[in-house]
Amino acid sequence: MKLEIIDLWKKFGANVVCKGIDLAVNEGEMVCLIGASGSGKSTLLRCINLLEPVDDGRILLDGLEITDPEQDPQPIRQRIGMVFQSYNLFPHMNALENVLLAPRRITGRSRAELRPMAEALFERFNLADRMGHYPDQMSGGQQQRVAIIRALAMKPEVMLFDEVTSALDPELVGEVLDVLRQLKAEGMTMILATHEMGFAREVADKVCFLDAGRILEEGPPEQLFERPREPRTAEFLSRVL
Amino acid sequence: MGASERQAAPAGSGAAGRESGLSRRERRERRERRRSMLIAAASTAIAIAAIVILVPMTPGWEKVQKAFFNEAVFVKTFPKLLEAFWLDVAMFLWCAPLIAVWGLVLALMRDARSPALYPLKLFAILYSDLFRGVPVILVIYLIGFGIPGLGLPRPWNSPYIWGTVALVLSYSAYVAEVYRAGIESIHESQRAAAVSLGLSHGDMMRFVVLPQAIRRVIPAAMNNLISLQKDVALVSFIGPVEIFRQAGVYKSLYANFTPYVGAALIFLVVTVPATRAVDRMIARQQRRQS
Amino acid sequence: MKDLMKAGIAALGLGAVASGAWAAGDCAAGKTLTDGVLTIATGNPAYFPWVIDDAPETGKGFEAAVALEIARRMGFEGDAVKWVRTSFDEAIQPGAKNFDFNIQQYSITPERDEFIDFSAPYYTAAQSVVVRQPAVDAGAEPTVESLKTLKWGAVESTTAPGLIQELISPDASMLLYNDVADSVEALKAGQVDAIMLDLPSALFTAAVLLDDGVVLGQFETGGDSPDELGLVFEEGNPLRDCANGAIESMREDGTLARIEAEWLQDATGVPVIK
Repeated sequence: MKLEIIDLWKKFGANVVCKGIDLAVNEGEMVCLIGASGSGKSTLLRCINLLEPVDDGRILLDGLEITDPEQDPQPIRQRIGMVFQSYNLFPHMNALENVLLAPRRITGRSRAELRPMAEALFERFNLADRMGHYPDQMSGGQQQRVAIIRALAMKPEVMLFDEVTSALDPELVGEVLDVLRQLKAEGMTMILATHEMGFAREVADKVCFLDAGRILEEGPPEQLFERPREPRTAEFLSRVL
Repeated sequence: MGASERQAAPAGSGAAGRESGLSRRERRERRERRRSMLIAAASTAIAIAAIVILVPMTPGWEKVQKAFFNEAVFVKTFPKLLEAFWLDVAMFLWCAPLIAVWGLVLALMRDARSPALYPLKLFAILYSDLFRGVPVILVIYLIGFGIPGLGLPRPWNSPYIWGTVALVLSYSAYVAEVYRAGIESIHESQRAAAVSLGLSHGDMMRFVVLPQAIRRVIPAAMNNLISLQKDVALVSFIGPVEIFRQAGVYKSLYANFTPYVGAALIFLVVTVPATRAVDRMIARQQRRQS
Repeated sequence: MKDLMKAGIAALGLGAVASGAWAAGDCAAGKTLTDGVLTIATGNPAYFPWVIDDAPETGKGFEAAVALEIARRMGFEGDAVKWVRTSFDEAIQPGAKNFDFNIQQYSITPERDEFIDFSAPYYTAAQSVVVRQPAVDAGAEPTVESLKTLKWGAVESTTAPGLIQELISPDASMLLYNDVADSVEALKAGQVDAIMLDLPSALFTAAVLLDDGVVLGQFETGGDSPDELGLVFEEGNPLRDCANGAIESMREDGTLARIEAEWLQDATGVPVIK
């Protein structure tokens, strides 16, 4: 078991967003979270990355409880990469600097030492010619791919993707999904919150349907998409498919 | 039918315009520009003429001229005023970096989010309320006379030290607010991205938030520096003979206000180009953001 | 008949005396800001011993007494005298004035005289040096040589800054203040060792404003730059001649000396600076 979430509760003020979520993710598995906006997908991902403190429940990474308040969140976050809907590149740095910042600060190694690693990543995702570009000089798809490279440069064990194609023009969605396919093929453990049902069906090992802060139904894509057990799942799928 | 005619007419004249090198729109705009420049030139000329002709006709003009624009007094006092202005410049150069640093420290305190740092945040809030709420001149008086009055030995009771300390305390409260506006203008998602990469809070501020925030607030901060350049003269209230005080001495000696006009001119020579430069910076930044 | 003539002469004489007094009043007639009222300005606040308790209308204090006597001799008494307050600057601003004359220790200088009008002097003030006891303990003496080594302060709008430079030319640059209160504050804070004030103000400062004040010495009034105080008028104000007449008559009949003795008697006994 790579990642295990046990009875996770999270509320913002009076608004309870996660109501006892349980989820297990195996090494090399891709789990897709689907559900309407506000069903708790993003919040769940932010809790796993420790961007939000959980109110109750536990999250285990390789058996280590990362939600332990005594635990320093910084090294945990280094092990879990996250990519956001709006890319969130640092606009005052070019693509290469965006990628190098965290490795430089955390490993203490120099640009020159780290550069080959970064260059290899840019090569791998066909962005070698964009290393010197600033975010506002790149398309949304390119920016999102740089954001993925930036997260990968920390050599994370798990990657979280929060609606990473939702802000993209339709013709740019494909290049980002190709990157995700590539990562899956390389054996990365991934959790995606997504609205791309076709992609989820094609690539995911497991799909979870979130409804009002609970995982209402989970299973292999064929089963969940074709023979949903819960009426609410069927209803949701009929709306988005 | 009617619509197609309306469309056809501009197309035809547009073709004719292109032959002469200018489109119809360009020609019309050029005509309008020329006319508005003529109007502006004429109205400016009339306004200046009115001032030059009418003001000297007022009954008090001769006295005002003698008291404010006296050539003999101007020539006698100007060199010494210029000399005294260097003290203003020196105090400014000494204060500005301290204000920049202390203002930033205050802004960072104010940004503190962990409960353990709440006392710092509270301090920064009270500080900013206090020093923005009290006129600079009062701060200068209270600190400039009050702290040396505690019995500090020379040179630590110098009005130069405590006067500039007062300026730094006051101005850093304003500058901290400027920084804070900049820091808050950086979207939360930038912090989330930095933190998710495993960067520490300090690294996040230093490499991600502050570089963007400071770039955004430089024009506003520069405006504060221009006010500072003027307010440095307030330190004269507790003793230092800088340009404002020197002008006052001459005013008393000659019972004439011309030295103040001279001092104002010297300030203008410095602040007008600085203001223009800031305006250009703001315009450039707005272009870049749009 | 002879008696009648005597009576007539006496009457004439009386008439002459009466008309003399009446003539002084006549001098000012129609020349004041408000007809029949003389508006006198003084400082805000006005200080001891020039004005006692900041209440010039009582006539207590040297300048209050002088001003009221001048007014009386110009034909204004009681309700016909109105007091207003101004800063130094207001007295020399161009344009209409809100006073007929201003009395707040204005030193008469040729430079100032170009832009405002002064009356004849009503007092010759010696400039003097106020220090605190620690400075005396440290060896400050009423000699130019000793004064040179002190850190000096003065009030900007007085003639003191110029006199300090001229008579002492101190080693360290001097500090200047808006008013006596500020310069005294600097003296208390130890930012300056000595301040220069006219003798009456110096005595008041040393005795009342400071716990350990000492008037170290005074400069000779007969020197090159005597500090003579005069009333300030708007330039070209015809009222000045009337006031000058009043001041002259007060000097001649000893009134001025009597008022000075009454309010400024402490001024004697301060050593002269060599």
